[in-house]
Amino acid sequence: MSENLLELCYLVAAALFILSLKWMNSPATARRGVFAGEAGMLLAIVGTLLRGHMQYEWIVVAFVIGSGVGVPLAYLMPMTAVPQRTALSHAFGALAAALVGTAEYYKGQTSGFIMVALIVEMLLGYLTFTGSLMAFGKLQEILPTRPIVYRNQNILNLSLLAAAVGFGVALIIHPEQMWMFPIFVALSLLFGVLLIVPIGGADMPTVIALLNSYAGLAACAMGFALNNKLLVIAGALDGSSGFILSIIMCRAMNRSFTNVLFGAFGQVQMKAVAEHEQRTARSATPEEAAEILDAARLVIVVPGYGMAVAQAQHKLRELYDLLTKRGVDVQFAIHPVAGRMPGHMNVLLAEAEIPYDKLHEMDDINSEFPQADVALVIGANDVTNPGARNDPSSPIYGMPILDVDKARSVMVIKRSLSPGFAGIDNELYYMDKTLMLFGDAKAFLGGIVKAVSSTVNA
Amino acid sequence: MQVSETDLYVFMLAAFLGFELIRRVSPLLHTPLMSLTNAISAIAVVGSLILAGEKDASTLTRVLGTVAVTASMTNIVSGFLITDRMLKMFKKDRGKR
Repeated sequence: MSENLLELCYLVAAALFILSLKWMNSPATARRGVFAGEAGMLLAIVGTLLRGHMQYEWIVVAFVIGSGVGVPLAYLMPMTAVPQRTALSHAFGALAAALVGTAEYYKGQTSGFIMVALIVEMLLGYLTFTGSLMAFGKLQEILPTRPIVYRNQNILNLSLLAAAVGFGVALIIHPEQMWMFPIFVALSLLFGVLLIVPIGGADMPTVIALLNSYAGLAACAMGFALNNKLLVIAGALDGSSGFILSIIMCRAMNRSFTNVLFGAFGQVQMKAVAEHEQRTARSATPEEAAEILDAARLVIVVPGYGMAVAQAQHKLRELYDLLTKRGVDVQFAIHPVAGRMPGHMNVLLAEAEIPYDKLHEMDDINSEFPQADVALVIGANDVTNPGARNDPSSPIYGMPILDVDKARSVMVIKRSLSPGFAGIDNELYYMDKTLMLFGDAKAFLGGIVKAVSSTVNA
Repeated sequence: MQVSETDLYVFMLAAFLGFELIRRVSPLLHTPLMSLTNAISAIAVVGSLILAGEKDASTLTRVLGTVAVTASMTNIVSGFLITDRMLKMFKKDRGKR
């Protein structure tokens, strides 16, 4: 295939990728977007394979293994495990970029600007690789999900990063000093691990988005090194996408963006816990809850990570069906950082076939809470804590929350009164209008469904 | 190999375009969006293919290239498929109930 034709293939592929993202803006056109992305990818791969001077044995082997792993990864993963899968795919993407950079370096004769691009590519690639594997381990709960913090952590991490960058710069100036290369790689890998160690579960949405951005930028740097504009464009699109998502997540948690860029987050201090006095919360049985829900006109459901853990989305759907049939208006309020990755709750509720026009963003639904008869909180905690609005001493003060406490009554399904990830007590639980429904979300919802349907039959 | 400053312009324009495009994506679709951009950034496969398929490549290049193609291919296949699987689940209430 002639060089011009190949360039044309890449150009069309880039256009298709842009259209693909454009069509993602609404659920109505999103599947067309996937199709455009696939077409662009196919065009780029076929074009590259036909460029001539190629031998194919190894490529075929790689294609077979890659597809063999990829297909089950796409179809067998339960929807609750989507954050893990995403972390894993960031690791794969970053690894590919890092290895290409490594191979290019060992081919020799690289210098100047290309060497700069290669170093950026490998630094981002290797640190995103181990970082994403760590994130995967935490999400899969192979590793402890609690943040691991120790003294001088930030200083250690920053000096490690500085050392990695230092060796990188030295390699740019003296590419022939090959002994420095393994050190550079090892430092990058180690930095990726230590970057994720202090991250707790509730910070995962930000981290996943950030790793997404890094993986994209690594691919972009590869584009600079290989002077391939398609790679530059696709990498930039991915990089800016991850960047925006992490900004959105930051805002939703009232964190500063510099905080995230340096990875020095996940350390909400656990000081506020000790001082709270003994207060009492009211609890209720599934039957009592069913009665209240059945009598309501408007119910707003607030799902959180607890719903995902308990796999309660299908039971929730049964309750939704029953109540809707009985004339109750049921809506869903989704906080941007609910769950373990951006949009996590929406996917789970969609999986349970809850229509997406019932799912509302925080800003759209907050004005509805005063009209709601019941706010039903399922496995969400900090995102409903009124302390974020009116208690300046609270560590999450200033974080935008769902105004659950403004509803006429509140029900919270939760395993126990224990504080959430951030270790902050939630005054919502002790309000007069709040009923605590203690138990496993799935089992409890099952109980409510049973109770509601028995009143139907009676 | 010569690097042109055009690449930098391309990067800048693509990044701005990316910001404008992603800003418009509804938060409803943030999870599928992430798996889609992930699949798209597996375009790194192009660089890997060139390495793995080079006629007179050294063993090191060949091995690294092949592993890179495998990793990218896994992302391409699983990324596009799972995005579509997720998007298929998003349905509007057609009022049939």
